Amino acid sequence: MIDLLTIFVLAVFVGFEVVSKVSTILHTPLMSGANAIHGVILVGAILITGSAESTLEMVLGLLAVFLATVNVVGGFVVTDRMLEMFKK
Amino acid sequence: MIVQLMYLVAALCFILALKGLSSPKYARYGNFIGAFGMLVAVVTAYVHGVVHNGLWILVAVALGVVVGIPAARSVKMTAIPQMVALFNGVGGAAAALVALAEFFAVPDSSVMFRLATVLTVLIGSVSFSGSVVTFLKLQELMTTRPVLLPAGQQLAIAAGASSVVLCALTIVSPTGFLLWLLAAVGLALGVLFVLPVGGADVPIAISLLNAFTGLAVAASGYVLANTLLIVAGTLVGASGTILTRLMAQAMGRSLANILFGAFKAAPVAALGEEQRTVKSGTVEDVAILLGYANNVVVVPGYGLAVAQAQHAVRELVSQLEKRGVSVSYGIHPVAGRMPGHMNVLLAEADVPYEQLKELDDVNPGITSVDVAVVVGANDVVNPGARDEPSSPIYGMPIFDVDRAKSVVFMKRSMRPGFAGVDNELLYNPKTTLLFGDAKDSLTKLLAAVKAL
Repeated sequence: MIDLLTIFVLAVFVGFEVVSKVSTILHTPLMSGANAIHGVILVGAILITGSAESTLEMVLGLLAVFLATVNVVGGFVVTDRMLEMFKK
Repeated sequence: MIVQLMYLVAALCFILALKGLSSPKYARYGNFIGAFGMLVAVVTAYVHGVVHNGLWILVAVALGVVVGIPAARSVKMTAIPQMVALFNGVGGAAAALVALAEFFAVPDSSVMFRLATVLTVLIGSVSFSGSVVTFLKLQELMTTRPVLLPAGQQLAIAAGASSVVLCALTIVSPTGFLLWLLAAVGLALGVLFVLPVGGADVPIAISLLNAFTGLAVAASGYVLANTLLIVAGTLVGASGTILTRLMAQAMGRSLANILFGAFKAAPVAALGEEQRTVKSGTVEDVAILLGYANNVVVVPGYGLAVAQAQHAVRELVSQLEKRGVSVSYGIHPVAGRMPGHMNVLLAEADVPYEQLKELDDVNPGITSVDVAVVVGANDVVNPGARDEPSSPIYGMPIFDVDRAKSVVFMKRSMRPGFAGVDNELLYNPKTTLLFGDAKDSLTKLLAAVKAL
């Protein structure tokens, strides 16, 4: 439990450190990129569905897998489209 | 062991992806690294953690890809904010569903597990319904004005209080019914929370909901004892928090005021009482003003994007540069519908990002600017925000274009801006107004400058 809390606290500091250095020009891609990253809930959704014992768990899990996938692929593709324009 | 290692690789990739955004040049590679990290994590989870339903999971992923990619490919850059809101919402919903499913899978749970579960379900639901309402507002499927329900504030407080009670009850005696009820209250809370937020304040709501989803994912990491979810969710929570704070600063208002102090209708400025004179100019007048200037600043607002005039403004600027005029763009942090939106819209029109300047770059040298051109913006150049404590936008940092040598204000009509506040700049003797559709005016201006 304390291990997880330690990781959380350290991640807070890393997060603030990294994000505060992001160029103001790129705040929209930052948000959509961060959006794609929280799509990592897909990992949780897969794990939960993969070990589901009841139909209820399975249905909830599969719905989560679907939504999280939309979140992940949509997020990365939109971000890429934006950043492509900034490369020049 | 190997699984944990793979998750560590993914977490590092996510951090690098965010780090890449510190420079526009390498940002795209950063995003690739982030996507690679995601692939590593997802494949690891699938290979290692899936006992049943493997095929079903693949089907669900395939469906998600089929829906997500075309949506992301086809969305217009002006509509990015609502797309981000939508992706944010589905992420929040996924987190809440994961926590619900895990709750039913683990009959004998610890207090910490239950605490993390109720938090994930609550924050995830709020984020989902809040994001959907934000989407509806931005897509203009509903009014962009603040919606004030009768007793809306009391309702929100009641929903907030009952969610706290439900959380406590679920922790003490965990039943599925209570958790479902909590999810329902969370959904209501999200709606009540976003409804009173006015159109101009929506960027804040998006940033905050983004932070919420991050936190929901981090909390779900506790539920599943999965370090990757904790790290990634926390990173997103941090980024959403920072952006929310920056936006609030850029509006010169406190977060509480933005969320709960629904924009008070500004006293409609003395319409018809006295007809104040403005100076309106012709395209030729403005072309001469611009063509013989040394130093020009363009201040674009969302109106520019609505008129699809980004390309027209870029062409005009290139033409001016050919004549030896030095031109830059003044980008206000709240220009557009989400943080940094205007930069994306101009980048789409091939404006080099070196020309995009912030408040602190423009204002110190503003007195040596010959012409400030305001296109489709209004509140961000309103001197009232600086000088008149009675103004509803008082305190918002602005471009001090009234201190430039002259101002060209391109406007459709004399209607006040988004905040409904009259703009003193319009009556300033230095200001020349150019009425008409922004794209139309800019195209005519381009022709007139070429003819000089």
